[in-house]
Formats: sequence, structure tokens, C-alpha cells
Amino acid sequence: MSWGETLATGWHAIRAHSMRSLLTVLGILIGIAAVILTVGLGLGTQKDVSASISSLGSNLLIVSPGSTTSSAGIRGGFGSSTTLTTSDADALSSKTAAPDVEAVAAEKSASESLVNGDTNWTTTVVGTSTSWLDVRSRTVSEGRFLNAADENDRTTNVVLGSETATELFGSPRAVGRTLTINDVTFTVVGVLESAGSSTSDNLDDTAVVPMSTMQNTIVGGTSRTAVSTVYVKAVGTDEISAAYQETQNLLLNLHGITDADDADFTVSSQDALVSTATSVYRTLTVLLTGIAALSLLVGGIGVMNIMLVSVTERTREIGLRKALGAPPVAIRRQFLTEASVLGLGGGLIGAALGIASAKLLPSVLDSSIIVSPTAVVGSIVIAVGIGLVFGVYPAVRAARLAPIDALRSE
Amino acid sequence: MTATLTGPSASAASATPPVIDLRAGRKTYTTGSITFEALRGVDVRIERGEYVAIMGPSGSGKSTLMNVLGCLDVLTSGSYRLAGHDVGDLDEVELAQIRNEEIGFVFQQFHLLPSLASWRNVELPLMYRGVPRHERRERAALALERVGLGDRLDNRPGELSGGQQQRVAVARALVGEPALILADEPTGNLDTSSTEDVLALFDELHAQGRTIVLITHEPEVAERARRVVRVRDGLIQGDGPASALHDDRGYLHHPTSHDDDTQEIR
Ligand SMILES: Nc1ncnc2c1ncn2[C@@H]1O[C@H](COP(=O)(O)OP(=O)(O)O)[C@@H](O)[C@H]1O
Ligand SMILES: [Mg+2]
Repeated sequence: MSWGETLATGWHAIRAHSMRSLLTVLGILIGIAAVILTVGLGLGTQKDVSASISSLGSNLLIVSPGSTTSSAGIRGGFGSSTTLTTSDADALSSKTAAPDVEAVAAEKSASESLVNGDTNWTTTVVGTSTSWLDVRSRTVSEGRFLNAADENDRTTNVVLGSETATELFGSPRAVGRTLTINDVTFTVVGVLESAGSSTSDNLDDTAVVPMSTMQNTIVGGTSRTAVSTVYVKAVGTDEISAAYQETQNLLLNLHGITDADDADFTVSSQDALVSTATSVYRTLTVLLTGIAALSLLVGGIGVMNIMLVSVTERTREIGLRKALGAPPVAIRRQFLTEASVLGLGGGLIGAALGIASAKLLPSVLDSSIIVSPTAVVGSIVIAVGIGLVFGVYPAVRAARLAPIDALRSE
Repeated sequence: MTATLTGPSASAASATPPVIDLRAGRKTYTTGSITFEALRGVDVRIERGEYVAIMGPSGSGKSTLMNVLGCLDVLTSGSYRLAGHDVGDLDEVELAQIRNEEIGFVFQQFHLLPSLASWRNVELPLMYRGVPRHERRERAALALERVGLGDRLDNRPGELSGGQQQRVAVARALVGEPALILADEPTGNLDTSSTEDVLALFDELHAQGRTIVLITHEPEVAERARRVVRVRDGLIQGDGPASALHDDRGYLHHPTSHDDDTQEIR
């Protein structure tokens, strides 16, 4: 009896009880779909995170006020304190003090209402310098970006994100139009090229104004020199760690802190962000994989159960085949094949389900799912393996039946 | 087999070993602490080309004997040679092989696989012998033609009458050209006309030189054989030509009262 025929016989036996077989492989089916989705979700979020991080700009260090170390409570919460100022950003721009830093852009941001006649739109207003465009790797699709004159004269010029422009003026072609922020009238001088949205924020919904205008006209108050973030762009990829050191040391000096553990700011690189983000998703993936493994185990036990039922039901068939000369190995092979075909069936349907869900779910979850061919093939192999492993015991039982007892059974 | 198509018993006596050579065969069943001796020292010798009926009342040990002769079960003591092979010291795999090559079974309950077409049922013995698929189909078709079911190759057992199903089973017993066709109550589940069909088929096969051993408790069936072996309480009680049945019908009902000296030592 060739392998092809053994396989055909197995398929035949399963088809004879298609409903029962389908219910049996439900566990495997769900498990396999879960494996494919889990791997896909992991890969997808990893891609999303990398995309959102690279959308920040390349070779970038991010300096935030506050500390992430144990002294954070004393120094003020991460990202919310006022320990980082425009003078820090100015110091970092010095070529002599920080030779590996190419450009620096401080951001002072606040959520404000933008008004055009009856239209009202709340967005993040960012005060920054002319270097921002280069540091954040953005381009202007229309008009111009802020220039030195805007900064020096505290002009009320604004550059809008494409979505903000559309919300306020019905199209991104908004250069020359005016709007008001806190009752001050601003003129749109440029619109940013769309950069898409990342998981954390929408890069196309923003309004950029000169830092001087932000400090004096929009925010004001006592902490007007404080900034939310300083973006530091290194000269090149190889200089990132040197730029990190220079930034760290310069700021410690400026703030009069001797021990780096007491720092009232945090310098992070994209690499660090990527690895924190991916480690979170790795944990999630491990968790989901555990669930997948559990349903596969349950599925395997289901296969074993139904194969034992099948052996009992077909005792006479086994007896007859043995009487006709089937050696134990042929009987064993027949039942093992049947169990593997069950596993394969569950694997294939599960893979189809997993791939279909991977196409449908992202719109609901707001996260990409990447179907990995390796995961699909691998999980089908796993499904067959599960059928095989859990089929061993029933198959051995079948092969051990004595032909006379088996023939006699009713 | 083709060489012995005519006059089988004459040619068999000289060179070929007997198909069945059972000596002092004993079989003891043990169920818990109870032991029961179903065969109590049985000697049977059957030559190539013979048509033998094994008769006896229910519980006399016929099926036990059939299982031993069919290599489905092994003796507790004694020796059994099937077509020259000593069966006594064969393992499970070797027994499977000898059943496959030397014996064609016909059962009372037909034992056809209901999900398989006739020809697929018939090809089963060849499948476990590694015969290539196309040859199996050809040979299965020939065997089905031989039993008069050449037009029913693709029908499943459920689509056939009882008599036709038993003829499919006979085709399955024939297809591997075994030394022996062993039938246990083959007409037990059949009506009169189907019984006649199947028995006519056995007559034909016997005429073609096949060795047939048929187990039955019906005298009408046994009398079609050339030789009748009578079993009672695990012992051979009589062995002689079937014609003797006609003389002593009553014997079957009162076997102990009959003095059977026609038994030959073969
Ligand atoms: N597996 C077994 N275990 C115990 N006793 C058995 C077994 N098979 C048959 N017997 C006993 O052996 C005797 C002969 O049985 P069997 O060969 O089936 O007789 P027959 O076929 O002539 O009716 C019966 O008394 C039966 O109860
Ligand atoms: Mg019986």
C-alpha cells in the first residue's frame, strides 16, 4: 500500500464523518489561526513602531525634561517638568561644545483652538526654530517654512499640517489664508507635506509657529523659556553615540549636576525607543503564543479522542484487514495517517481563517498584521505534527487488536 | 494452481504437501480462572483440490478450528502445517503474510467494507501484498467476473443483495490465488436462492481445482462437499465422503449413537 493510497484512505475515512471531523479539529483550527495572527500582529506592530520612530527623523536623539530614574519624584515627572529650556537647545547648537551634533530643534507645544470664521479646530501648536524641518525630516508641499526673520520679529506666521489645513480651509492649499489662535490673527505661510500618522500621534495634524511667538504670544506666563522636547540630530549614524555623550555631558554641566543619576532630563535614542516598544510587543506575542499553544493542545487531545472512537467503531474493519493480511505496521500507518490528515485539515482551514482575519482585523484594531509565509507553513507543519503525535496511542491500540476478537465484535 | 485444474487429488498426493496438516491440535481458552478446552486433540489432513465440509452442532469447536486453520489464532499444543509452512513458530507479522498469501476467507457476515466499491473490497488482499494499483484493479475485475459480478465493479456493498455481497466476498477470497478457501458458515445469512448461487459457485471453483474448506451446521450445505469432517465437543467424530450423509440423516441429530468407522487416515 503506497503512501499516496494510505493518504487517500485516510482522507476517505475523514470525509465519511465530515461534521465530526470538523468539530474535532476546531481546537487545532483556532490554535493555528491564533498562531498566524499572533505572529502577524507581532510583526505588524514592530513595523508600525519602526515606522513611527523613523518618521521622527533619522539619526535623532530626543531630550525630554524630567528624569526616568528613581529620583524622578524629586525632579518632577517625566515630560512634565520645566527643567529644559531654549538656552539648553542653544548650547547644544554650538559646533565647538557638541561637534557631533548637526542640528537642534527645540519644541514647545500646547493644545490650542484654531479658528477660521465659524470653523474651530483644536490641534497641537508647536513653537520651534527654522532647523525643525531638517531635524524632523519634513518637507513643505506649498509655500515656505518659518525663517530667521519670523523668529527675530515674532511674526504671526504659521505653517500648517496638511490635515489641519484641510479641516480649517477645506483643502491643503491654504497659503495666504488667516486664522486666529487665542484671538491673535496668524497668516498661513506654508503647508507641510503629508507624513502619515504613527501609532502615537498624527503627524499631519499640527500648527508650527516661531518659538519666540509661541513663548510670548500664545503661552506666556512664568515658564516661558521651558520647552517640551529638544530634538538633536547627529552628524551621521556612526556619530549617534558620540552625540549622545556630548548632549548628556553638556546638559549636566549647564544644570550644575555632577552625578548622571541625578539628571533632570532624559536623552533617548530611537534605538532605545524601538527596543522598549518591541519588548512590549514581544511580551504580548509570548502571551498570545501561549494561548495558541493551549488551544493546539486541546485540539490534539480532541484528535486523540476521536481517533480512539474511530478505532472502536472500526474494530471489525481492523479485524478484517488483519485477517486479509495487513501487518500491524500497516494498521498503525493507516490510523496515523488519518490523524495527520485531520491535523492537516485543521491546519489548512486554520491558516485560511488566520489569513482572512489578518486582512479584516487591522481596520478594527488600528494596527497592521503582517502574514508571514514562514508562520503559515510552520503552523501547518505543527498542525500535522499534532495530529501525528496524538494519533500514536490510538494507532498503536488499533494495531494491537487481535484479528479474531476484532472480527467477532458487533 | 493452473497445473492442477483437472484431477487435483491425483497429482497432489505425490509431490505437493497437503494444504492442511493438523496433528494433535489442542486449543484451550482461559477466561479468568476458568479454562475451557475447545479443541481436544484434533487431526485433520486435507489435500490440494479437496472440497471439505466441517460439520458439527453449535459450540462444538468449528469456529475455533477455522481460526486455527486460518492462522487467525494459534494452537495451545499440537502442530499445524499450512501448504508446507509450519505455522507453530511464526510471529504476528509472518502469520499476517501467510494469511495473505495462502488463505482466502469467506465469512458468515460477509465482512465487506461498506464505504468501498466492490472492486476496492476485492483488491484488499493484493494491496497488502504490494501489487501495483493497475494490476490490482485488473485482477479484482477478473475475480468479480468470475463470480458473475463483472457489471458491479463500482457498486458499494449497500447497493447489492446479500447473495451478491457474499459473491463479492468470494471474489475477494479468490483474487490472491490462495492455496485454501476457508468459509465459515458462508450461507448462514442467505436466503435459499442466494445460498444456491453461492454453493454453485463453490462447486465451480472446486471443479477448477480449488481447495475449499467450508464450515457449516446445515446438512444441505455440507452434502455439496466431497468429504465431511464431523466435529463434536472439540473432537473429530467422523470423516468420510459426503454421500454417507444421505444414508444417515438421523446421525446428524444423534451423533453419539453413530459408529463412524469410515474415517480414513490420510
Ligand atoms: N475466546 C473464547 N474464550 C472462551 N471460550 C471460547 C472462546 N471462543 C469459543 N469459546 C468456547 O469454545 C467452544 C467452541 O466454540 P466455537 O469454536 O465458536 O464453536 P462453534 O463455532 O462450533 O459454534 C464454545 O463452548 C465456546 O463457548
Ligand atoms: Mg461458530
